[in-house]
Amino acid sequence: MAKKKNTQAAVEWDYSPSPESTSHIELKSKYDLYIDGKFVKPSSGKYFASYNPATEEKLADVAYANEKDVDKAVKAARKAYTNVWSKMEASERAKYIFRIARIMQERSRELAVVETLDAGKTIRESRDVDVPLACNHFFYYAGWADKLDYAFPNRKVEPLGVAGQIIPWNFPLLMAAWKIAPALAAGNTVVIKPAETTPLTALILAEIIHEAGLPPGVVNIITGYGDTGAAIVNHDDVDKIAFTGSTAVGKIIQKAIAGTGKKATLELGGKSANIIMDDAPIDQAVEGIINGIFFNQGHVCCAGSRLFVQEAVVDIVVKKLKRRMDTLILGDPLDKNTDIGAINSKEQLAVINKYIKIGIDEGAEMYQGKCVIPEKGYYCPPTIFTDVAQSSTIVQEEIFGPVLTIQTFRTVDEVIQKANNTPYGLAAGVWTDKGSRIFNLTTKLRAGVIWANTYNKFDPTSPFGGYKESGFGREGGLHGLSAYVKLK
Amino acid sequence: MGRLEVLKTYKVYIGGKFPRTESGRYYTPTNAKGEQLGNICLSSRKDVRNSVVAARKAFGGWSERAANNRGQILYRIAEMLEGRKAQFIEEIIFQGATKKDAEKEVSIAIDRLIYYAGWCDKYTQVLSSVNPVASAHFNFSVHEPMGVIGVVADKHTSLIGLVSLMAPVIAGGNTCVVIASEGLPLCSVTFAEVLNSSDVPGGVVNILTGKVGEMMPPLASHMDVNGIVYSGDDKKEIKDLEESTALNMKRISVYSADWMNSDEQDIYKIADCQEVKTTWHPIENIGGASSSY
Repeated sequence: MAKKKNTQAAVEWDYSPSPESTSHIELKSKYDLYIDGKFVKPSSGKYFASYNPATEEKLADVAYANEKDVDKAVKAARKAYTNVWSKMEASERAKYIFRIARIMQERSRELAVVETLDAGKTIRESRDVDVPLACNHFFYYAGWADKLDYAFPNRKVEPLGVAGQIIPWNFPLLMAAWKIAPALAAGNTVVIKPAETTPLTALILAEIIHEAGLPPGVVNIITGYGDTGAAIVNHDDVDKIAFTGSTAVGKIIQKAIAGTGKKATLELGGKSANIIMDDAPIDQAVEGIINGIFFNQGHVCCAGSRLFVQEAVVDIVVKKLKRRMDTLILGDPLDKNTDIGAINSKEQLAVINKYIKIGIDEGAEMYQGKCVIPEKGYYCPPTIFTDVAQSSTIVQEEIFGPVLTIQTFRTVDEVIQKANNTPYGLAAGVWTDKGSRIFNLTTKLRAGVIWANTYNKFDPTSPFGGYKESGFGREGGLHGLSAYVKLK
Repeated sequence: MGRLEVLKTYKVYIGGKFPRTESGRYYTPTNAKGEQLGNICLSSRKDVRNSVVAARKAFGGWSERAANNRGQILYRIAEMLEGRKAQFIEEIIFQGATKKDAEKEVSIAIDRLIYYAGWCDKYTQVLSSVNPVASAHFNFSVHEPMGVIGVVADKHTSLIGLVSLMAPVIAGGNTCVVIASEGLPLCSVTFAEVLNSSDVPGGVVNILTGKVGEMMPPLASHMDVNGIVYSGDDKKEIKDLEESTALNMKRISVYSADWMNSDEQDIYKIADCQEVKTTWHPIENIGGASSSY
């Protein structure tokens, strides 16, 4: 119990509250579907509520689209594709997309605040990561629209047609940008559905797209639940499905579109290894571990959720990690001091707590950062488990929350085998001062994104996507274009 | 009395060896004239699984070989094929083609192997990228082989369909399990003999004869197969294939191509069996931003 003394430091880290103002935000009480350039009521007349997970307060009512609405959206997208978007000069197409990027930048503060309200993520992250990356994604792909021939040498590049896109709740606006920007640049039109718990920034994006004067039907944004997504996947006139979400749903989609000729990119789950070698700069590595697993409350498909520490340094790494965890500030996501915001939904909090219980029941040792949990809202303290094995449930399954498992290893060969021994292959991290070791490890790890001496970095120019059951296709960069073109 | 001709026993090719199918079964396809092509191995699920094990075992060594060396080995396959041209032409004619078409098919097959041999140490240069990220990181994307690939060869040709699918797969560092043309299997077995004498390590290419309907399902649902390349346009078969591959999210490439067309070869067929890996590393910023040293 002597360890507890360290945690006294947590008490001294008292910051004055520094909340971001919401005075400039005017959320509507009700949001409709954006179809064919108009905001229209859902044909069922039904709406569902979107809540602030940090306070459990209702933010707005959002339209619940059914099959009929999906059909309307797909028809609008097809018409826009055939009559307008596929015929337009590529350089003009580019200018529309540039325009979206610019208006997003102008409204970036609003987008950041709404993202934090709707998703529970910290304002520091929305403001400094999600929103700027989303703007830059549009800006990056805009420029590709009239340069596609350079991306695919020796081939004629053609768009696919209508893209149906379904995005998750962990990076709502950023995922919308990842999906819409390359699709439009390549000359496709879009029907996109944001997640039911985080629809608001996508609906503001609809306003922005409208403001940019995009021809009606080029982008259609419809809200709803899983059945709305299924209606998009199963619609006969959709040429491409782009999905980010769980591996389980990804497999259902792959099966559903078998034999239909629909093209797909699937960005799915992960259980990424973060590997600390004994020569790593320990303090930087500890920051990397924290960023790897606690960034966005661990709601990150590429989260470094399996930590591997070389035996010689495990004691010091775990000690420093615990000390650092105790300094993390959990609470109001709108407060600029906050490190860890709210869990996205009640349902997800239940999933995380279920896994924490499994971890304890299976005999692992748990440590949680010392922080005060607010009375209202959905929160989970930063959590680590030691004494776990490759066979532990919490080592094998994706938790999608601020929960880290810690394993040790002796040799490089051992850690490569352990790290690769998973059905997933999205990302990995490597911490060492030795260049040859970095290249050895980064070459042998079977994952689509490898961070060496860093973690959780993203950029519009950098292709993102996984090996194995983490899905297929890449988003971002030149390679992200191939998901939206056919080559003749 | 003339000399009695020695007939060939057609076997399958697994892990660099020529076993008969473990099932002990055979089938006897015929040509258009009704002549029997031979007693061909009717491979089983177990043969498929054994082949996947052999391919996985060979993957590490083959994928880590120098690209230049892979190129030389593909070139060697072409050399060996050139030397046995007459035998392939004879087999293709026996299976129903005209002499002219048979000669053309073998020539294109040889040239196609040379084409992909040349790509081995070049495709990464064309397909890779250094990505200008906004933060202080060096960031690059390279292509890596997917792993074990199932190859469902073209049904309407005996040699060229198989070569056209297999060559880009192994040029990219993958290993594979090939399901040969059911009705025209002769060249696949003879081609295995070519591979076996071409410095291709055992297990890199495994070739099975038999019924596609019997072998494709276990191959498509096998958890240690990373991708499938399929040639053909059988809608039912493609649907079944795509459905069963969802089990472990295999990458599927379906080609509907006339492989006798000398243009049906490109770098994108190599890319179809590659994964893109992106690596980040921080750059230490020493010195002033405007220093000009």
